[in-house]
Amino acid sequence: MKVKDVAQKLGLEVYSAPEGLEREVTGGYTSDLLSDVMGHAKEGQIWITLQTHKNIMAVASLRDLAAIILVKGFKPDADTIELSAQEGIPLLGTKMQAFELSGSLCELLK
Amino acid sequence: MNLEYKVEGGDFTSAGLASSQIKKILKQLNVDPAVIKRVVIALYEAEVNIVAHAYRGVIKAQIDGGGINLTLEDEGPGIPDVEMAMTPGFSTASKAVREMGFGAGMGLPNISENADDFKIDTIVGQGTTLRIGIKFR
Repeated sequence: MKVKDVAQKLGLEVYSAPEGLEREVTGGYTSDLLSDVMGHAKEGQIWITLQTHKNIMAVASLRDLAAIILVKGFKPDADTIELSAQEGIPLLGTKMQAFELSGSLCELLK
Repeated sequence: MNLEYKVEGGDFTSAGLASSQIKKILKQLNVDPAVIKRVVIALYEAEVNIVAHAYRGVIKAQIDGGGINLTLEDEGPGIPDVEMAMTPGFSTASKAVREMGFGAGMGLPNISENADDFKIDTIVGQGTTLRIGIKFR
């Protein structure tokens, strides 16, 4: 499944890097601790978080994640969007909270 | 190959820059992706540690056919109890740093898990030097 399929099926907003919607999704990882994601997320996963600052893009890029989804209607910082565009890793958003979104994504990827 | 990067304490906007550049170089050198992953995790954590805890620091990377040696030398408060600092979950990070999702006490354990060689030299009130060695095979 591609990021664009996830975005479409879960009704996600796309904040940046639309070219990255073609990236392949291998799974998901939900965490707000950057070191946790750094140490334990796997390549190709979608990262679900409420963190909006640009360091999330550094982590996503270093670990080759497919995309980031911001929960609870949180909007990315301007420099986060900039870095997302540079890296070609999409930033998506939803009004759902992390539990709900993780459940939906999990169901979708089964 | 020898590389050097400067890191400013408190500057979270450029945290991860050295890790990102070294990742690119290792990719160009066709290093095994599993090894690159370990280098990137260890280096990023160590880089963030300088930003979160020290005043400034220098990262030196030495790459040859056999592996990579990283030295991260900072001017900072030093670590009073290294054993404690190595304990997963223990952190002295500020509230602001924690709110960003850093400072969960996972940094040094993450480095240790991913490095083949890992050494901390620290002097309280002066600074800390981390030496991280990772073999390519």
